[in-house]
Amino acid sequence: MELFQYPYMQRALIAALVIGLAAPALGIYLVQRRLALIGDGIGHVALTGVGAGLLLNRSPVLVAVIVATLGAIAIELVRSRGRTSGDLALALLFYGGIAGGVMLVGLSHSPSANLNAYLFGSLTTISPTDLTTIVVLGVVILVAMLVLRPALFAVSHDEEYARVSGLPVRTLNMLIAITTAVTVTIAMRAVGVLLISALMVVPVASAQQVTRGFRSTMTAAMALGLFAAGSGVWVAANADTAPGASVVLMAIASFLVIALAAAGWRVLRRRRVPAAAPAAPEPHEVLIG
Amino acid sequence: MNPPVITVAHAAVGYDGRAVLRDVSLTVTAGEVVAVLGANGSGKSTLVRSVLGLVPLSAGSVTLFDRPLRRFRQWERIGYVPQRLGAGGGVPATVREVVASGRLARRGILRPPGAADRTEVDRALHAVGLADRANDAVATLSGGQQQRTLIARALAGRPELLVLDEPTAGVDAASQEAFAGALREFVTDGGTVLLVAHELGPLRPVISRAIVVHDGSICHDGPVPEPAGHHAEPDHDHVHPHCDDEPARLWSI
Repeated sequence: MELFQYPYMQRALIAALVIGLAAPALGIYLVQRRLALIGDGIGHVALTGVGAGLLLNRSPVLVAVIVATLGAIAIELVRSRGRTSGDLALALLFYGGIAGGVMLVGLSHSPSANLNAYLFGSLTTISPTDLTTIVVLGVVILVAMLVLRPALFAVSHDEEYARVSGLPVRTLNMLIAITTAVTVTIAMRAVGVLLISALMVVPVASAQQVTRGFRSTMTAAMALGLFAAGSGVWVAANADTAPGASVVLMAIASFLVIALAAAGWRVLRRRRVPAAAPAAPEPHEVLIG
Repeated sequence: MNPPVITVAHAAVGYDGRAVLRDVSLTVTAGEVVAVLGANGSGKSTLVRSVLGLVPLSAGSVTLFDRPLRRFRQWERIGYVPQRLGAGGGVPATVREVVASGRLARRGILRPPGAADRTEVDRALHAVGLADRANDAVATLSGGQQQRTLIARALAGRPELLVLDEPTAGVDAASQEAFAGALREFVTDGGTVLLVAHELGPLRPVISRAIVVHDGSICHDGPVPEPAGHHAEPDHDHVHPHCDDEPARLWSI
């Protein structure tokens, strides 16, 4: 525990906890609209921003936010047009993003460890300024996702119905796209661009094994994200492992535990309720006056 | 005469150069219960979806509550019931959560739900006979119960016009009855209904007017057509489009 007496470790822990809370709060909407891997794609694009930032001697995180946001807007436009070539357009964007990033980082002559820090996270690189950025943007994302939950739920659940309800569907979709880009980039330092998507998706996947509603899934996913981030950073600090990898492995471990427990619970309940009792048939008294 | 709720004038819709609707005109006035009938691919769903602006018109115009569709903003006056509930990527949602979406048109996106919203959601759940399933995940419901969830969502917004796209397709008898009951109640309270159907079943007595779409045009507009030939047999409850210009062999296999 004494490691957390160092300010840089405290910063790392706070950053990870904020991200652990915000990433699943956004991720649940991505999972709901079957875009579970979009965060990964935007991470690739963000890498080009990192490269450009290093090359231009500007803040890599700031440039990455801009580039990733532009990428996310492009992806959303392709998605909403529903073009058949959308799949290929996304592939071009993703691979172009990572290739551009690797090339620009190379041109900038910064040490290769620098690239690794962005790919997989690096606890020691979070400066006090970085932490402020992460906390402020993280809280903004969290508040937006919670306050707009009914509207974002409606849009992600049934886009046509949302349109007929007069909701600003395009704006809400764009909000999700931009929020994804911002989440990916602020999480870069703590978890890394290649693994952040897991923190958006895995806690949601774990939570929905045992929940019945959207709200309860969101709450449980945020709790699991918080746990994975906190325990992951603790493991990374003590075992000197890459923080991104540790956080993601903790998230996946909790998924396995919950999935097994849920399966076991179902088997137990089936045993307790004798198989002879069939499920109640559909009631007939549904006639209403 | 009652004021018009929906006016479609010379509407045309085409997908990829293929005409799906040609020169369709129709008016639905307040208090009417209009069924749009037709075979699969006749364009009946497209007609209803274009009324809501979900399918763009290539020609003609749609007017809702005396406003051109493009400038129509009073969406709380319309309750839309789609064909089926999307799977939602596997994220669970309770029946109550889905029905609560129906309040957004009235409440707006920033205001948190209040007591009035909860009351209306309860009322809508009760109207379709799903009050006891409110906290269950929609995915665990039968197809018919999921359809009733969707009509409850539309009713929760207290609309004046209900637009339903094949509400009874593949729905069990009990749910169809519940559906017809909820619809009757809505109409008694002065509501207007436009619904697409392949078969009417228990909805038949509620319908005040039928429109038959065939090959992108309206070929019948008036009373619900009587089933003819083997379609009139007791075990066959399809209400098919019967158009004068239709080749008879289509129905006499």
